[in-house]
Amino acid sequence: MIMLCAATSQASDLGYPEKEELTFGFIKLTDMAPIAIAYEKGFFEDEGLYVTIEAQANWKVLLDGVIDGRLDGAHMLAGQPIAATIGYGTKAEIITPFSMDLNGNAITVSNDIWQQMKPLIPKQSNGKPVHPIKADALKPIIDKFSAQGKPFNMGMVFPVSTHNYELRYWLAAGGIHPGYYAPHKGDTSGQINAQALLSVTPPPQMPATLEAGTIHGYCVGEPWNQQAVLKGIGVAVVTDYEIWKNNPEKVFGMTKAFAEKYPNTTIRLTRALIRAAKWLDEENNKNRSEAVTILSKSHYVGADYDVIANSMTGTFEYEPGDVRAVPDFNVFFRHNATYPYYSDAIWYLTQMRRWGQISDEKPDQWYIDIAKKVYRPDIYMKAVRSLIDDELMLPADFSALDNEDGFRDPQQHFIDNIIYDGTKPNEYINKFTLGLKADDKI
Amino acid sequence: MSQWYVRISTTVKAIMLPIIGIAFFLGLWTIAANNIDTSLGQFPGPKAVGTQIVNLYQEHVDSREKEQAFYQRQELRNAERLKKDPNYPAKIRDYTGKETFLDQIITSLVTVMSGFLFAVIIAIPLGISVGLNKSLNLAINPIIQVFKPVSPLAWLPLVTMVVSAVYTSDDPMFDKSFINSMITVTLCCVWPMVINTAIGVSSINQDWLNVSSVLRLPNLVHVRKIILPASIPAIFTGMRLSLGIAWMVLIAAEMLAQNPGLGKFVWDEFQNGSSQSLSRIMTAVFVIGFIGFLLDRAMLKIQRFVSWDKTTVNR
Repeated sequence: MIMLCAATSQASDLGYPEKEELTFGFIKLTDMAPIAIAYEKGFFEDEGLYVTIEAQANWKVLLDGVIDGRLDGAHMLAGQPIAATIGYGTKAEIITPFSMDLNGNAITVSNDIWQQMKPLIPKQSNGKPVHPIKADALKPIIDKFSAQGKPFNMGMVFPVSTHNYELRYWLAAGGIHPGYYAPHKGDTSGQINAQALLSVTPPPQMPATLEAGTIHGYCVGEPWNQQAVLKGIGVAVVTDYEIWKNNPEKVFGMTKAFAEKYPNTTIRLTRALIRAAKWLDEENNKNRSEAVTILSKSHYVGADYDVIANSMTGTFEYEPGDVRAVPDFNVFFRHNATYPYYSDAIWYLTQMRRWGQISDEKPDQWYIDIAKKVYRPDIYMKAVRSLIDDELMLPADFSALDNEDGFRDPQQHFIDNIIYDGTKPNEYINKFTLGLKADDKI
Repeated sequence: MSQWYVRISTTVKAIMLPIIGIAFFLGLWTIAANNIDTSLGQFPGPKAVGTQIVNLYQEHVDSREKEQAFYQRQELRNAERLKKDPNYPAKIRDYTGKETFLDQIITSLVTVMSGFLFAVIIAIPLGISVGLNKSLNLAINPIIQVFKPVSPLAWLPLVTMVVSAVYTSDDPMFDKSFINSMITVTLCCVWPMVINTAIGVSSINQDWLNVSSVLRLPNLVHVRKIILPASIPAIFTGMRLSLGIAWMVLIAAEMLAQNPGLGKFVWDEFQNGSSQSLSRIMTAVFVIGFIGFLLDRAMLKIQRFVSWDKTTVNR
């Protein structure tokens, strides 16, 4: 209550929100946490915003909701605002002032596939597999499937999802072709030349689809990997933290029209989300178990406390009994997780080009222009400055962001050791063995 | 003496047999539940459902407390702002928290009743006109026969698209989701009501029609004094039939379209995949059944009350 009064009395120079009643959409995944926390902890109300939070059936319904105005904003896959802006799928101008989290996904395979993979993986002295597990161990099994003329199916959550690109990245790093898209020919299945056939399955249905044998593995966010492990349906082989350390995951998306029509509302909701993200990470994750209790309520994520806690509290159970510490599995605030980096947007664009979702070669400047259209650190920094002015946060919380130009330094820490420099997208695309290069066209 | 004995034994039977039936069912259910293991844990037995009823009620109470706090905070905040910004059009916004199980029950009931009443308004006059007029009957009958067997769920996507195209307003009185569910309910109620009403009207005793002709009753009076009273039993048979179908269809429509109500509750719980999900769904199943039963009983009571022909309602 005290904080509430402080917020409303000091934030007055920011201007009142133009729209006070908002509806936000989300998908039942633990990384929607900043929205739930901003609601439950009253951060939205501190900004004078009355927010209704609604679970959406799938990513398409969610995106359509934001585009047609049924939703004012939503928990989105990082690829969604980018794809919408370049017109892959539904064309619409969607922006993001706030990056929601880093990491948080994993790849799970069925018990049957795991039994075949396990002998091919090097072991530690204690008999447990050496991590990270590479797709090299999956390659012989896929070869066996194709020799028998059987398809090897895998699930991911959406054609422009982080999960699709991560799964493709992991497979391709192990020499398995995940298939090309060819939108200019009307082919959006992404299975041209594919050795592993990827298709869309909604996250909550992943474990059930795996159990039914329709797919042999999948890439999804939590709690759906831990769910499969705890129920003994499958084994998590690799987390996205191991595929690309501290990769950007979800963003908070809204239409450009909304942000232009309601600038104060936009800054204020960004402030609430930043405060929620900080709450989630502060003092060495001390609030995480309270966050898990909130997320396990049936109108948020709804899975069991234990299942959500498994990944939210710094550990990850790969196969039953093999629990390892992954302190950065879910990052909401540290490592500048909330800053919308242009270079993150460009990485997604490079992967869209690599797998043919972008049909033609584009100059480097095109990548940078699109990133600047979609990712909006200007709004983010306004929110940060006003939070500091209102003494709700300390300048030290954002010290790394002074003079930030929006491009991370060249990043290494990928599973195939290729270095990514966001300022040179074409150079990066040409480094991959598998995937479209330069002026390749399907 | 023997008559007295018979009466007692009938009463005992009327009480004991259902109890035995229910006990037998609970026993079978417990055994079955203990032997079914799903990926979401054991299938819920009677005990799990009992626990969930308590839980769901508790959640409702907690949510109401949170709602109170929400309104208090809002009033404080409004007052605070009015001090600095006297022109602020302060208003109290509805609670932004989630609907509880009880709220969902109310939503479904309101939806089914609105859809049903809307259908009554359309179907009864249409049924009477069709029953009275042979040519109209011939003209409309094929359409009714084709649309009657269509599951209203097949209409749902069309209804959804049409409603979002046609029903646009900045400050709508009803939610689009409510309108969608309601129209779906109406679509499944209309056909049985039209058909039953038409049959009732066309099979009225010829003598009564003759009376009307002899008295040279004006058309409206003819309908009011002769047709309506005479066809009430058939009309209510149609209404009772369609309310039962409507309740089933509504739950399915809510699941499919994610519209608020019991169907959405079931689907959300299924999507959650927590260890409590199945027992909560089972609880919802019983509540849905029980409400369906009550709706049917209520219609039966009304039917008995308004009907002159007591023999047609003993089913």
